[in-house]
Amino acid sequence: MSVRSLVLALFVVVASAPLAWAGQRGQAKEQVEFGIQVAQRGLWKEAIYRWERATQLDPTYAAAFNNLAVAYEHEGQLAKAREAYAKALALEPNNSLVRQNYDLFKEINDRAAQKDGRQF
Amino acid sequence: MIARLRKTAGSFRRTAGGRARLTLCLALVAALVACTSYTEIPIETPIQPKLDVTPFQRIFIAGFIAGANEDVDANMETVRLLRSQLRNKGVMRVIDADTLPLLEVAKQGGETSTPPVPDQQAATPVADQDPAKPPVFNDEKDLEPYNHIFANVAYWKRIGEEFQQPLIVTGAVLFAPQQRSGFVQREQEVYDSFGRRQVVPVRTYMERKGFVLRPTFIFIDGRTGETLHSETFREEILYNANQQTPALSSYFELMDRLLPAFLNTLSAQKIKGTRTLLK
Repeated sequence: MSVRSLVLALFVVVASAPLAWAGQRGQAKEQVEFGIQVAQRGLWKEAIYRWERATQLDPTYAAAFNNLAVAYEHEGQLAKAREAYAKALALEPNNSLVRQNYDLFKEINDRAAQKDGRQF
Repeated sequence: MIARLRKTAGSFRRTAGGRARLTLCLALVAALVACTSYTEIPIETPIQPKLDVTPFQRIFIAGFIAGANEDVDANMETVRLLRSQLRNKGVMRVIDADTLPLLEVAKQGGETSTPPVPDQQAATPVADQDPAKPPVFNDEKDLEPYNHIFANVAYWKRIGEEFQQPLIVTGAVLFAPQQRSGFVQREQEVYDSFGRRQVVPVRTYMERKGFVLRPTFIFIDGRTGETLHSETFREEILYNANQQTPALSSYFELMDRLLPAFLNTLSAQKIKGTRTLLK
């Protein structure tokens, strides 16, 4: 293989990477949107499946992690919800909507974690 | 505003370049909306109970050491409220019996020969008080001399045997008036020279009075007399000094705030809320 064809192959790989990423994001977006539709009908388990799939397809998709966290919250899986919110915030630290969700979640989580009162 | 928009759109439509710019603007707005699209959704988060109550079929709200307000019998009101809430919830069968005279029992040493007393400091003030006069509780320290009753395993075991070994709920309720003055931030409506309404924060010095409610709920195993769990809450409410709010309504308002947490000790709760789903 000549140097020229090697450079060409490398160029093709580099040039197609964003396209591949865009394709993954597109598929993830479809899963996220379908997840929202089913969550609105109360099918939270199906929504979790869709949003988990979206995070697998595109692990940089903050919205998918945010939605997954909301669904885990609804299902009472608070440890998983915290983890998903943390990932969403790590990906988009300035997203005020994710931050707002997380703050509301923390209130509930703190209450649930408050197991022990003052002992006499 | 609408007229101005129409005018702007009209000026865009006049030329081909304007039309292109208008299309571009609309495309940008559409793209922005698509990028930030979100949906609000109601959720219900289930919270597991703090205490495993499966070994108990019955619950006895035994009474509370309470005082500090002559208008409200905090012991009786708390017993009534908790019993009715638990009946509505149907968590366990609520035992409808007279409340225990905890103050007298504490003074007598729990009706047992050797009631456990946590420390000497705690025991002394009870002995010093005039037995004919009901004690006054203004803060937590006033309640401390009576706390030993909750650790009296033999006493609670005997009560448990009497009521077929239920889960016993007891504790102390401090409901006291309070007065506070200081700067308070409130929102005030103002209108500028164009008559536009604005809400601005204003700091004003105010004399305020209200009540503080500090209940401690202690859950005792009626089979063994041992304390299973205890938790203390604190809620307060303040009004303008000239506002006349009955003590009883303040008591219920404060109890309303902490009842979900109390009930969550015994049964799972669903907390309603709203979250935002993102696209």
